[in-house]
Amino acid sequence: MATLHTVNKSPFQNQTLLSCLQHTKSGDAVLLIEDGVYGATKGTALSDAVTGLSAGVKLYVLGSDLAARGIDVAKLGKDITSVDYAGFVDLVADHDRTQNWL
Amino acid sequence: MKFGIVVSEGPYTHQASDSAYNFVKAALAKGHEVARVFFYHDGVNVGTRLSVPPQDDRQIQEQWTALAKEHDLDLVICIAAAQRRGLLDQNEADRQGKDANNIAEGFRISGLGQLIEMGIQCDRTITFGD
Amino acid sequence: MSEVKKFLYVNRKAPYGTIYAQESLEVVLIGAAFDQDVSMAFLDDGVFQLTKGQDTKEAGLKNFSPTFRALGDYEVTKLYVEQESLDERGLTLDDLQDIQYEDEDDDYAEKPSIIVVSRAGMADVMADQDVVLSF
Repeated sequence: MATLHTVNKSPFQNQTLLSCLQHTKSGDAVLLIEDGVYGATKGTALSDAVTGLSAGVKLYVLGSDLAARGIDVAKLGKDITSVDYAGFVDLVADHDRTQNWL
Repeated sequence: MKFGIVVSEGPYTHQASDSAYNFVKAALAKGHEVARVFFYHDGVNVGTRLSVPPQDDRQIQEQWTALAKEHDLDLVICIAAAQRRGLLDQNEADRQGKDANNIAEGFRISGLGQLIEMGIQCDRTITFGD
Repeated sequence: MSEVKKFLYVNRKAPYGTIYAQESLEVVLIGAAFDQDVSMAFLDDGVFQLTKGQDTKEAGLKNFSPTFRALGDYEVTKLYVEQESLDERGLTLDDLQDIQYEDEDDDYAEKPSIIVVSRAGMADVMADQDVVLSF
């Protein structure tokens, strides 16, 4: 009974990503979309916090939103997977529910 | 699988309606059913036919209208949210004594019950907002 | 699909600055007619929605906070409030409205609708739903 969470805010703007990660259960997935993709990069002031709160959780990022913002996939944190919209649809279908952190 | 979609932000200011549109297209391409798209909060503004975006930008309302036509989508605008924000069909304009309507083809105005019904009937409910 | 679904309305935003809290309540009130298993979650700035003493007269806004006290009449009786979110904002249960419902299975005894849960408890509530609507 796992959940797909989506986050669309930059973690540098507000606490939504950190709040989301603090409410995940082991086996859940978190997909970063829109400005949420800024939370997926390594070497930032929040990278360690994101990694630290993500134990047991699979992190994904929407590739088209990364590309729109000029972020190369090489800058993604370890174990963060880029998906396209078809992958987004699969993630929704493969989890029991979707919780969108607005 | 049957999907229900909520769009809760207006066009252009937020990316939400673009993300929802891309998601719906991808879901349909994979053979899923999109039972309804429910527009709430400022999302109701997606359904005005009076927007005139610059030609070199995407035409958000026209995209939705075309997608609805192609796939027989049910695009529902929340009546309570629409009344606040000045989004009317002819029926509502007559009822409220207003001199015009502005709803785009392919959209319909209905109650919040349609949102709850969508949640009950769909396998997955996904919200795009702020 | 089971007949009754578990609906959770997630409130993470403060009232008044944006309309989300007010229009969230409108969904909850309409949704009550559908006889589903309804819960509400208040966390992060959402806990500010429930504070007592809201007076919007001078600000010229509609005060919708009394509506929370009417939720029991709509059989919306599970308002989960996150302890950590209260703590972070310097709030205690005493700062929140006294929201009650009449338990028809217990001779209409008045019972509190607010259920304070830990962050981990809130995660459990969220993971136990069929439909999660966020505002």
